[in-house]
Amino acid sequence: MNRGVAVTGMGIISAIGNNTEANYRSLLSKESGISFPEILNTTHKNIPVGEIKFSNKSLTEASELPKGHSFTRAALLGSIAIKEALEQSKVKIDAETGFISGTSVGGIDATENHFKEFTEGKTENNRFIRSQHPGFTTEKIAGHFGITGFVSTISTACSSGANAIMMGARMIKTGKLKRVIVGGTDCLTKFTLNGFNSLMILSDKHCRSFDENRNGLNLGEGAAYLILEAEEELKGKPVLGRIMGYGNANDAFHQTASSENGEGALLAMQEALKIAKLKTGKIDYINAHGTATKNNDLSESRALQRLFGENVPDFSSTKTFTGHTLAAAGALEAVYSLLSLNKQQIFPNLNFSRTMNETGLEPVTELKEKKLDFILSNSFGFGGNCTSLIFAKDEG
Amino acid sequence: MKAKIYINGISSISAQNLDSEANPVSYHKTIFPAISPNYKEFIKPMALRRMSKAIKMGITSAKVALSEAKIEIPDAIITGTGEGCKQDTERFLENLLDQDEELLSPTSFIQSTHNTIGGQIALNLGCKNYNVTYTQNSASLESAFLDAEMQLLETSENKSVLVGGVDELSEKITQFKSLDGQLKSVDIHNLDLLKEDSPGTITSEGSHFFTLSTEKNNNSYAEFKDVSIKNSIQPEKINEEVEIFLIKNNINAAAIDAVIFGNNGDNRYDHYYKNLQQNLFKNTTQLAYKHLVGDYDTVSGFALYSACKILKNGRIPSIMNLNSSTPKKLKNILIYNQYLGRDHSLILLSAV
Repeated sequence: MNRGVAVTGMGIISAIGNNTEANYRSLLSKESGISFPEILNTTHKNIPVGEIKFSNKSLTEASELPKGHSFTRAALLGSIAIKEALEQSKVKIDAETGFISGTSVGGIDATENHFKEFTEGKTENNRFIRSQHPGFTTEKIAGHFGITGFVSTISTACSSGANAIMMGARMIKTGKLKRVIVGGTDCLTKFTLNGFNSLMILSDKHCRSFDENRNGLNLGEGAAYLILEAEEELKGKPVLGRIMGYGNANDAFHQTASSENGEGALLAMQEALKIAKLKTGKIDYINAHGTATKNNDLSESRALQRLFGENVPDFSSTKTFTGHTLAAAGALEAVYSLLSLNKQQIFPNLNFSRTMNETGLEPVTELKEKKLDFILSNSFGFGGNCTSLIFAKDEG
Repeated sequence: MKAKIYINGISSISAQNLDSEANPVSYHKTIFPAISPNYKEFIKPMALRRMSKAIKMGITSAKVALSEAKIEIPDAIITGTGEGCKQDTERFLENLLDQDEELLSPTSFIQSTHNTIGGQIALNLGCKNYNVTYTQNSASLESAFLDAEMQLLETSENKSVLVGGVDELSEKITQFKSLDGQLKSVDIHNLDLLKEDSPGTITSEGSHFFTLSTEKNNNSYAEFKDVSIKNSIQPEKINEEVEIFLIKNNINAAAIDAVIFGNNGDNRYDHYYKNLQQNLFKNTTQLAYKHLVGDYDTVSGFALYSACKILKNGRIPSIMNLNSSTPKKLKNILIYNQYLGRDHSLILLSAV
């Protein structure tokens, strides 16, 4: 019987709180974390973002890092989320503890600060030269927690975190690891803010996922991690939920745009259901990718209609709270999905007023109490990368 | 019984010509580019114009590895890249800084993500299957292989997986490596790299793809036995760690016919290899390759490519020899690599 892979700890930091409890309170009270940039040193002060209002200095103090450290902001955020997850699971870190992190741009925040110095041959901040490469951020976090065994990074743009969770679950299932920390981290950077701005897919307002009048996404930052453990390691430990299914497929349509009929998304969801051995009717709620771009929300809605027909389950996009945290998104939304399973509550999709003409689909817009056994979570990224995860309530 | 995994197609783009092992290309630089094949044979000219070298090398070598294995659409495309699409990243970053975040063209941003290579291969082939990209410094390609191994063994269906590693040079970001001691402080001859007793190394770029399958065919190069990744290993524990890996694979050091080491002439970290050369593998044929193609995150693809050819042809190119030992047979090859003392990896291959 497929019992899935047990989750025994989770931790999160986002624009709506620096731990799971704080995130939960914001979700309950419909308090969005979207604001204007204060920490990010950008000229675009009028573009709304999901920023975490802690400077690198205070994050450094929170993790008690030594002076002259070379943690990137993504590593600082990641360390906070992992600390919470480890405290909850009380897992031991040993040679059979793995770490798989998703990140899109890693420590490019440090590169953009020091790029000009480096081109001039200045060596004062040369400890940040390698920080541009995502593996560096992962390795900083690994070192901080004494993880010496299997450490890897997945970088598939906005599906990275979800893919890291999938990879970890597979490594537990195949017996390659006994326990593994999985998730993702990405911070706001000028690189990504300007990148999405140049694509003209950033909203000048709070993003309106799945709304007819949506006009783009809000970029966010955050980190979230889960602790996954093999069955024989549990020994009566509380289990927060189980990863039942996962699927990854490629839209193979365009480098950044999603196909109009959501082919990649459909294939990913179908694969996740196949692995979970579940019929579509079993899915109680979908935590959608729902970035609020014209293209994504239509493509994702079409894929939902193709898969579920007339009976599209309850769905919402929590990116209306956090903004789109890129590689961390799948991990943040995994934490929210596990919260939903534990509280038996669906968190609302904010800022929605009118269904899309093309689909007529209406997300959940108020907190909804409901019996929830299985939740599907979608994450799609550049390069046509589509990932779906299925979380289940632990049956004890 | 555990199914076996075969490498049925291989390809390499590197700073060396593939068929000139008797006359290796010599460079007198710390940074040297890969030799480009005729990309037009593989990619339409219109598309080619917009592509960075990483994407061109990736698509081209992916297609060669697939055609060698006679596979059109693989069941998975798994890519490793340590530094991703640096050329596009650098272009967008420079424009952003120079233009003070104004009037930026999205083209280079779009192509800057690490999974652009894997995504572009999928787009080029029209392949909608599993597609993931790993980026863990010198363990990027090895992470991809670990995933590939699971893809093939998780199901009883016959599958083929395309797995490869790509890294490219960029004008400025690569040059930064000379500011933090990653590169030699003066130009050296690459072929003398392993005689060096100084910090730093030489770097280059390349792409190596492999088609793996659970079915053997006439073209099979080798059996892929196992891969292991460890983020950090205490220097004095390296022999022990390698032995643990060998025991797990029911083999002992004496049964390893050749070891391919990642010596890169950096006297701060080559002790990991030297310790094994002098102890566990003292009597084993020892090979090296970074004096031929430089060191970069996915360069172990060249070691793997070389190992596949050695196992298939039963012959070792003499330019790779680190010691004078010659193997009695060529059945098992072990590859060990690390960079700056982190991201250690072991790969075990056997003759088919």
